[in-house]
Amino acid sequence: MPSEPMIGARLLLKALVEQGVEDIFGYPGGAVLPIYDEIFKQNRIRHILVRQEGGAVHAAEGYARSTGKVGVVLVTSGPGATNAVTGLTDALMDSVPIVCLTGQVPTHLIGNDAFQEADTVGITRPCTKHNYLVKNVNNLARTIHEAFHVARSGRPGPVVVDLPKDVVLAMGQYVSAADAKPKSYRPQVKGDATSIEQAVELMRTAKRPLFYCGGGVVNSGPRASKLLTELVRTTGFPCTLTLMGLGTFPASDPQYLGMVGMHGLYESNNAMHDCDLMIAVGSRFDDRVTGKLTAFSPNSRKIHIDIDPSSINKNVRVDIGIVGDIANVLEDMLAVWKAKKTSTDRKALAPWWKQIETWRARKCLSYRHDSKIIMPQYALQRLYDLTKHRDDVYITTEVGQHQMWAAQFMRFDKPNHWLTSGGLGTMGYGLPSAMGVQVAHPDALVIDVAGEASILMNIQEMSTISQYGLPVKVFILNNEYMGMVRQWQELMHGGRYSQSYMSSLPDFVKLAESFHAVGLRATKPEELDDVIREMIACPKAVIADIRVDQKENCFPMIPSGAAHNEMLLGPADQAQKPTSEEGMVLV
Amino acid sequence: MATKKAGRKPQSPQPIPLPARPGAVEAPIVKNHTISVLVDNEPGVLARVVGLFSGRGYNIESLTVAEVDPKEALSRINIVTSGTPMVIEQIKAQLGRLVPVHRVTDLTMLGASVERELALVKVRSTGDKRIESLRIADVFRARALDSTIDSFVFEVVGTTEKVNAFIRLMESLGLTDVSRTGVAAISRGAQSI
Repeated sequence: MPSEPMIGARLLLKALVEQGVEDIFGYPGGAVLPIYDEIFKQNRIRHILVRQEGGAVHAAEGYARSTGKVGVVLVTSGPGATNAVTGLTDALMDSVPIVCLTGQVPTHLIGNDAFQEADTVGITRPCTKHNYLVKNVNNLARTIHEAFHVARSGRPGPVVVDLPKDVVLAMGQYVSAADAKPKSYRPQVKGDATSIEQAVELMRTAKRPLFYCGGGVVNSGPRASKLLTELVRTTGFPCTLTLMGLGTFPASDPQYLGMVGMHGLYESNNAMHDCDLMIAVGSRFDDRVTGKLTAFSPNSRKIHIDIDPSSINKNVRVDIGIVGDIANVLEDMLAVWKAKKTSTDRKALAPWWKQIETWRARKCLSYRHDSKIIMPQYALQRLYDLTKHRDDVYITTEVGQHQMWAAQFMRFDKPNHWLTSGGLGTMGYGLPSAMGVQVAHPDALVIDVAGEASILMNIQEMSTISQYGLPVKVFILNNEYMGMVRQWQELMHGGRYSQSYMSSLPDFVKLAESFHAVGLRATKPEELDDVIREMIACPKAVIADIRVDQKENCFPMIPSGAAHNEMLLGPADQAQKPTSEEGMVLV
Repeated sequence: MATKKAGRKPQSPQPIPLPARPGAVEAPIVKNHTISVLVDNEPGVLARVVGLFSGRGYNIESLTVAEVDPKEALSRINIVTSGTPMVIEQIKAQLGRLVPVHRVTDLTMLGASVERELALVKVRSTGDKRIESLRIADVFRARALDSTIDSFVFEVVGTTEKVNAFIRLMESLGLTDVSRTGVAAISRGAQSI
């Protein structure tokens, strides 16, 4: 039964409500005024007014990643859309479901270099999973439903819907989600049964097995994490996680080896190198994980489970590739395992675990303690110790040394509580992302672990945080350097710290106060605990300026171009192993 | 613990054939592949396909696009590309990921297929060269579509190799312009993509 025709802007909001949208992050402008007018006239959807469109996309990412829902962004044409590009690329790299609605000049002006016109569909084509330009108001509702379907199905990602102003002002018919079935997009969710049996067979006979799991498990949902935990415990195999996967297997479990990759743990990386069976689950053999490809885990057979067929055999050839939704595949795998009463090669596993224990005994995360200066690792260790009793802690990060230390020292037993920019490495991600998390979880403790350089990239969002009374905590490890840049300059460029020193930094305490938030500072180790406690107890947003050692480097580290068993464990190794020529060209 | 079950457990109750181990280092054999992609005939779909190739550094040797099913609004894109087996596999997977893509078929992997290309070739010459060009056109079953006193436009149809060979011969006989369609390809036999 066709409903009353209504104007495009209202059709849009009706479609968003049907898709279960409760919050939108956005910024108005000329091309989207009719949509903002409709937002004004309703109260089903809350609009969060950000201070820059880039912040809106990261906020929607935080919202999406902490809830499992699709994050929604609304920005205007031209600069509104181009400002969103970094966030869209970030969401594409980290597979975060986002629907970004962009305003566009009216259809008759498209191509005329009109005011605030940009070829949004052209610009965002390579940085979205898919995008649409709606030219007919009667396709508007259908397109919105399809956009949500594409954003959340298969490997999730960002979808842009470009909305010319005349289309949102025209009268049109509503189409419900049930009547808007997408034509072509049907990702494979069920894994191939034979491959699953083969995988179980490899696991049965493995002597040095290892699970290597990533963000795909988070995206598959909490059920996937539960099934993964069950499978890992059933097999008794060790498990390592990527940066994006932290929390999908409990960090408190004795079978957990810690993070893998460039700044991963000694035990994890050595286990990757020496294993004879690697079971990759929702991880993508990213260059931060593999290091030197020709020396990557040379003696292992590899099983790879992923929903994206293009992830399989992209960087590393695997023996068995299983395309499907992680939860479905793990469920089938457990069923096969149980049906066949499979048991592992315990005689071989015992020495493997013994080997792992000797790697663990190196205690690769130990750092120099100092009674006068706060070590950055110590600051995070205390932050973790003073928050670990709560189960509503969400940690976001910016990008750099502090991010890697946070990944090493903050431990997660559940997925969706750790939010970081892994693929794109976007400085400025953490603050708006924390804002999005706090919007979704008003009572939770949301902490942005930041560096003093990254935080300035989206500091304007403190204003949003204050407007909506979001009690976000910003924990700045302030070493007055772009720490990771400085570390690489020290390793590869003879300590010539070209442009990596941050002079003329703001007074972060006063900065917080000017944004109606609370500013705290710790300069000595004995002040740290009190500042952390005060920060947590404060009902308002807080910026805690933690002055840490300026020269500390992040270890362990696989230098670029090196293999997993060539890690630098501390400053002493650093001097002995100069970076190879091959490594110099790598990022 | 290990001895408890050893007595009654055979090596493997039902041996499951495992895939052969992939070679440690793939021999980098670069080969041409003809890939057919069935897509929604909608604005921007070609840009998506072409952008994928340029963005990820793949080669396009030849490309043809046209609507093949007006009722369902489907177009067929034939792409001749080159790469190692791993790159070709990646190209197909990446194409399959695009939302408006319905099907990706590697005609080269599928087995027998027919491929044809059409070229329009303009030759300007007089005397012996003019006669020779006409004779070679006859050998290649090329038709003269246009003629003046000192020029021909030939239409030659065939495989890429045949078209290349014809053009090469015309080079010394006054070749001035070439316009080629790119490869259209279809699998042999009753099966459709």
